[in-house]
Amino acid sequence: MVMLKGAFIYPGSLGYTLYYTTNFIFTGLAVATAFHAKLFNIGGEGQAYVGSLGILLATALFAPFLPALFVVLLCIICSALIGAAWAFIPGYLQAKRGSHVVITTIMFNFLASSLMVYLLAGPLIQLGQQSPQSDLIPESAQLASFETFFSLFGIDITSSPLNLSFLLGLFALFVFWVLIWKTRLGYEIRAVGKNQDAANYAGINVPKIIIITMTISGAFAGLLAVNEVMGVQHRAILNFTAGYGFTGIAVALMGRNHPVGIFFASLLFGALFQGGAELDFEFQSITRDMVLLIQGMIILFSGALAYMFNPALSKIFNNITKNGANDD
Amino acid sequence: MMIDKAKKTSGGDTACYILELQKISKSFGLVQANKNIDLQIEAGTIHGIIGENGAGKSTLMNILYGLHRADSGEMLIDGTKAKIKSSADALSLGIGMVHQHFMLINRFSVLENVMLGSEGGSLLSSGKIATVNKLKELGQTFDMEVDPNALVSDLNVGMRQRVEILKALKGGAKILILDEPTGVLTPQEATQLFDILDKLRANGVTVLLITHKLAEIMAITDNVSIMRGGEMVGHRKTSNTDPQELAELMVGRKVLLNVEKPKAKPKEIALNVNSLGCFSSRGHKVLDDLTFHVKAGEILGIAGVSGNGQTPLMEILSGMRKPDEGYFEILGKKIDRDTKVSPFTMRENSIGHIPEDRHKHGLILGFEAYENMVLGFHNTEMTGGKKLLDKNHMLMHAAERMDEYDIRPRNPKLLASSFSGGNQQKIVVARELYKNPKLLIVGEPTRGVDVGAIEFIHKQLIELRDQGCAIILVSVELDEILGLSDRILVMNKGQEVSTVNGDEANPKDLGLMMAGISQGASN
Repeated sequence: MVMLKGAFIYPGSLGYTLYYTTNFIFTGLAVATAFHAKLFNIGGEGQAYVGSLGILLATALFAPFLPALFVVLLCIICSALIGAAWAFIPGYLQAKRGSHVVITTIMFNFLASSLMVYLLAGPLIQLGQQSPQSDLIPESAQLASFETFFSLFGIDITSSPLNLSFLLGLFALFVFWVLIWKTRLGYEIRAVGKNQDAANYAGINVPKIIIITMTISGAFAGLLAVNEVMGVQHRAILNFTAGYGFTGIAVALMGRNHPVGIFFASLLFGALFQGGAELDFEFQSITRDMVLLIQGMIILFSGALAYMFNPALSKIFNNITKNGANDD
Repeated sequence: MMIDKAKKTSGGDTACYILELQKISKSFGLVQANKNIDLQIEAGTIHGIIGENGAGKSTLMNILYGLHRADSGEMLIDGTKAKIKSSADALSLGIGMVHQHFMLINRFSVLENVMLGSEGGSLLSSGKIATVNKLKELGQTFDMEVDPNALVSDLNVGMRQRVEILKALKGGAKILILDEPTGVLTPQEATQLFDILDKLRANGVTVLLITHKLAEIMAITDNVSIMRGGEMVGHRKTSNTDPQELAELMVGRKVLLNVEKPKAKPKEIALNVNSLGCFSSRGHKVLDDLTFHVKAGEILGIAGVSGNGQTPLMEILSGMRKPDEGYFEILGKKIDRDTKVSPFTMRENSIGHIPEDRHKHGLILGFEAYENMVLGFHNTEMTGGKKLLDKNHMLMHAAERMDEYDIRPRNPKLLASSFSGGNQQKIVVARELYKNPKLLIVGEPTRGVDVGAIEFIHKQLIELRDQGCAIILVSVELDEILGLSDRILVMNKGQEVSTVNGDEANPKDLGLMMAGISQGASN
């Protein structure tokens, strides 16, 4: 109860939940894209982390002379591009050299982490500051929070980190759906994922598809930086990815790699994150670790146990269809 | 037929059944693989079980051998109830099984393989001596001598099968189950196998022969049970039945076993292959100096024991692989090791390819039927829209093909894996024939396909030939090669042994050639 209240009902809590949801949508999509080609992209964390560099780069290059709208668009594109580039290398290594993408993406998480520590504590550190964080990005590149956005129309909502990148997240879900199920590229990605030999027989260039898929996957992950850097922190800080990349794996699994599923799985995890924090806050006896344990249980029950009920459900379904067939 | 064997009728009416199944049922999820199966097997006979792929033969045998457990039903061995929970139980009750794909360790010697699972103590030496003696004894009784120290990898397929049989017999098997034993054998090796089975029967071993080849049933069995759709549809004494009746029982309707074929009218050369060569990834030569041609309007059959270069040949001709030596010309286009090709460009050049293994190459089992119907053509107008895929268009296209080819169930949204083998193959055939190819490369078009669908597919191939398509037919089924081909090229170890005219060929000569003995040498 406390968790539900903490996630949806307390003032501002829904905003927090949806803010987490946005992060999970991006990382969930990243993992799901790769899953469709039977690739396991564990590097969402690193790809999102370096994605922030794209934003810092875009603001430095374009903010001084371009209007806000263009700056924002360019920032989004650059974050996706840098995330994509970070995933391109493991994709290339998998396709051309056979280095397993699981290993390389994990390595690239460490590389990203070290690179960001170096940059944030060195060249990019805010002048006169001890804490490792970059300068604030210019206001033209900051995304309005829902609070400010709605106040434009005279509607008052409670302050929360929820910002316009939530809409970007919904848009990304749509793009993902079109990409996977409506385009020839998506057809080829799924064909490679389901049967590489048959894909090869069909004339699909399997290594090329592997590289493209990883690149798209990285681009989705890179967009997480839009939410964190442009929407909430307004600067790159140390470890802003906070494990969202890894949770994305669970989101994609639970969402069965389908945009609708990913949305609801993201919402669930958003609620768990926010409600869990509330739980921790409300009860002295429940620690942060207990919350993690509960989250783990939920993943276990909803994910792993789905297969436990499968035979029984299919039996019931079978009986229903059998009866239906007899009616004919 | 394969061999002439005097059929023994053993036992008589009072015979005690060595094995009796009563109302065995088994389902996997939604699929009922076995339904109330009754089966009685007399001791000391060869009992055939025949049925199409997916009829439930293998499931039934796996239940018998303890690999699956029946949902309901009873099993009686020698008249007493038996509970078989694992293959160890089966072995201890005297049931042995030779699987379709051998369960041997190639790097071990024959002796080590036969000992496997009964090493006898922590030191090997005592077990070894006992096994060697046992092998000698078995070899003498059944005329199956094998050198115990030979490495399995050095043995040919027929010998490996012999090792499998010895392994089962050494475990004390009184009932021997053979699952599609001749699938990997040359006709000569099959004859030898049947001689062995005859000896086994003479020595009181009961043999259960699982097959979908009618000729084998007629040649060797005493009794035959026919399965269709998970049920037993009939039991016959082999001497009282004929292939036509068995085929009808298997399929459930009248079938033509041999498709009528008018004489071919070959036209211009469609494919010209010139000293083609190719190496495996380990550097072995898998195709060696192969030269032949195919004309429009004729079927060139390629006969050979599987694994003698047919697969790389088809892969090269269909653009999946590059030749290492030589070149080939398709419809006037020359292709050698430096030409950029992909299966996609080959399809654009009006070349169809029905691959040998539909599960590995021909279909994406996790895709729905309509998605499979455009596989390889997904970059053409077949998918409808200009940029995006038009699902309705694809569904329409699939539904039309399914009508045309009588693919059942007629549901384009069903996963390819939910169709039976015959219908899956029809999906592949429908897709590859749709564009009226000028050259069609066909591999094992009827492997694991039911008798009814075989008839249909063969008719389609003949029809296509008469429309002026050049067809290369690769098959390990000699009957298929003989029934369809206008000319037959026999391959062994990646080389051409000989090429003969279809109407002059006979199974015996082809069998010898497949073993690498060219006609000149044998005469």
